[in-house]
Amino acid sequence: MRDPTAAAIATNRFGLGARPGELATCAGDPRGWLEAQLKGAPPVIGDPTLQSTAAMVASTDQIRAQNRAHRAVLDTVVKLGALYRPAYVAEVMARLRLAATTDRPFLERITQFWSNHFAVSVDKAVVLGVAGSYEREAIRPNVLGSFQDLLLAVERHPAMLLYLDNYRSVGPDSILAQRSLERAGKALGINENLAREIMELHTLGVDAGYTQADVTAFAKVITGWSIGAAGAAAGRGMTGGGVPGDFYFRTNIHEPGTQTVMGRRYSQDGLSQGQSVLLDLAHSKATAQHIATQLARHFIADEPPPDSVSRLARVFNRTGGDLPALYRALIAEGAAWSGPLRKFKTPNDYVISAWRALDMPVDDARKVPPIFADLGQRVWSPNSPAGWPDRSADWDGASALMQRLRWADQIGQRLGASLNAVQLAPQILGATLADNTRLALSRAASGAQAVTLLLAAPEFMRR
Amino acid sequence: MDTSLIKRRRFLQGAALATGGALLTTRLLFAGTGGDARLVVVIMRGAVDGLAAVPPYGDPDYARLRGSLAIAAPGATDGALRLDNLFGLHPQLTFLHESFAAGEFVVCHAAATPYRDRSHFDGQDVLESGLVVPHAAQTGWLNRALAAAPKTLGHGSERGVALGSNVPLMMRGPAAVASWAPTRLAQLDEDTLQRIADLYSHDPMLGQRLKDAQTADTMAGDDASGMMGAGGNRYEEVIRATAGFLVNDSGPRVAVFDTTGWDTHANEGGARGQLGNRFGALDAALRSLKTQLGTTWRNTAVLAVTEFGRTAAVNGTGGSDHGTGTAAFLLGGAVRGGRVLSDWPGLATARLYQQRDVAPTLDLRAVFKGTLMEHMGVAASALESVFPDSGKVQPLRDLFRA
Repeated sequence: MRDPTAAAIATNRFGLGARPGELATCAGDPRGWLEAQLKGAPPVIGDPTLQSTAAMVASTDQIRAQNRAHRAVLDTVVKLGALYRPAYVAEVMARLRLAATTDRPFLERITQFWSNHFAVSVDKAVVLGVAGSYEREAIRPNVLGSFQDLLLAVERHPAMLLYLDNYRSVGPDSILAQRSLERAGKALGINENLAREIMELHTLGVDAGYTQADVTAFAKVITGWSIGAAGAAAGRGMTGGGVPGDFYFRTNIHEPGTQTVMGRRYSQDGLSQGQSVLLDLAHSKATAQHIATQLARHFIADEPPPDSVSRLARVFNRTGGDLPALYRALIAEGAAWSGPLRKFKTPNDYVISAWRALDMPVDDARKVPPIFADLGQRVWSPNSPAGWPDRSADWDGASALMQRLRWADQIGQRLGASLNAVQLAPQILGATLADNTRLALSRAASGAQAVTLLLAAPEFMRR
Repeated sequence: MDTSLIKRRRFLQGAALATGGALLTTRLLFAGTGGDARLVVVIMRGAVDGLAAVPPYGDPDYARLRGSLAIAAPGATDGALRLDNLFGLHPQLTFLHESFAAGEFVVCHAAATPYRDRSHFDGQDVLESGLVVPHAAQTGWLNRALAAAPKTLGHGSERGVALGSNVPLMMRGPAAVASWAPTRLAQLDEDTLQRIADLYSHDPMLGQRLKDAQTADTMAGDDASGMMGAGGNRYEEVIRATAGFLVNDSGPRVAVFDTTGWDTHANEGGARGQLGNRFGALDAALRSLKTQLGTTWRNTAVLAVTEFGRTAAVNGTGGSDHGTGTAAFLLGGAVRGGRVLSDWPGLATARLYQQRDVAPTLDLRAVFKGTLMEHMGVAASALESVFPDSGKVQPLRDLFRA
């Protein structure tokens, strides 16, 4: 049975906004159209010019090491900028091209959801060079697997270890710390940033009942989770070891001994101690509740129905964090298919949906990335490790709306002559297209203005 | 105990007593007839290291705990800018130091909200909502205060403005507020704007937002478009717009904007370095605000606050982790300054909160309440609805010139 509203919801609320023809494709079976996107391996961004994280970090170390010898601080900043900025732009373009053209838009939404859940931010200089490769290496391949595999891939990825400082967090009783104290009288210690954010943001959620002592113990557990380096590049006595730029467990900075985290004792040696804690965190009931809430908030409503959250959390628990099962449960949630368009799109999703609607090529590497900064959501740059906020009130300010309208007008003026917004509107908005929008488009003073009005319409602003 | 600490305690008590009688009457008169007061709130997101901003160089445990982060005593190379025998300012905060000397700057230290855990996001929520626990309200104390402020405060339809694309929680709520962000995108033409307004006539929320944005563009100044990214100080545009809003007699009376980058877990630096650069930029922005406000500065108070402080000791990576007590700033021509308000707890291990953080001895809500009452004219009876469950927190008095 054809359900016109369901098709609009599938493409807009679950997807990235319809491309011309997409509504017709999914109209016969909108739920089936979404489920089909979960089958088969996730798409790979195959651009051969994109660099791996390992290569980027190794180049960074090399530049730093060369210039350390010459004490050329300024030269380091200049060279690293010249290394990172083009890499960032290339990664942004690759990501956006995929989003603008993919025929698995639900899967891409899911991918961006996880990338934001496990956020890194290019506000930290070194992350500029690796934010894109992080998403390609740690997030994309794992979005159709299990939560524990996704979690393990994220927390050992160099981008995360750099962003949240863990790569050089030193156990106070570790071999290196002892030696430093004896030889130089200098005490080394932990940095608890990553441990806290794993518990608070990535897994349990802030109200799960863990204490400062749990955070500190967990931080000791993951001392040594670091990055390989050639020669002296790692600095501070962490001389080399491992494959440069890859994850590397540094035994000599790992805090020895048993640690107790949330009442459970972990007596394993080395790397497996941290893996054990992460596995327990991944399978905690609090984590299931936290992830279910985040996912429901992203796809259903700012304040999702508690029943929906409970059902999603139960599926997470029952399946041991099987992600496709979780997504199917989301598709099955009645609340996701009902009610008015209630979530205001983020700037990221707004721009992508406009490109999709107008079938615009994403090709100008000079102009495209700044759009997201202008609209308040520069790609991979949330202000904090919590990632971008996910409620309408975080995005629907007056000034934000005006920025969006100005951008829409720019697009209208560029494409208006070649597009017929009146004919296009029903193909994009389907059953959600309002009569007064249709009327306004038909009365527009120009083709350009009609495109602007289509992108300005309330039913295009929301999902 | 160090005698300077005892003196400090006495001073605080004295300040509280002094407001018993005559001063209070003056305040009430002012509240009834005033309305020219301006307030700027700077939210410093990420937990500012209060021991770097306002180093207690005279505390015997300071240098030992801070290691590479320690700021030297006043007089030394890159030393702190002296405030008194115990406290100095970070050497990059030169404008604030001048303001202290000019009697326009109050430093609050060992201050905190009622929040006692160490999550940025919950801490900011408490800082902004004005409640005791996180995520208990969808509105912020500053907005509720605007709703409760006397009718004479300002003449415009909106008494508050958020500088930034979106309105932070502190400024969300029942009172109408504007928001404005610098842009380099071109303005829409009148006809298209009118048609969009018509399109939104069925959507009251978007309709209102559009109207607010148009008003804000007018007030922010003629060059609202095409100015962003021109280099210079990162806060330049925001400061210019803030001043544009506040000097306008029919404009908003309260402005709020965000600053970020304070979460210094690694390579924080001491007198120079990452955090020092941030302080320098903030200090320059505040100097510029004073200049651009002109005579309006006389009626202005600036509150710069953060969600919590950082660990007293340097961590393993040349930075500091999430803590509790920290410094807060109250600045402006309306401020009775040149004072450090602090019941300093000391940095001896036993005096630290949970043996790691500066122990909080001053509830930030006392500063907020004092500012709202004495500066903005909000009635004492309204403060309980602005800060629910804060009955025991007395407003800090005498923060402003009569």
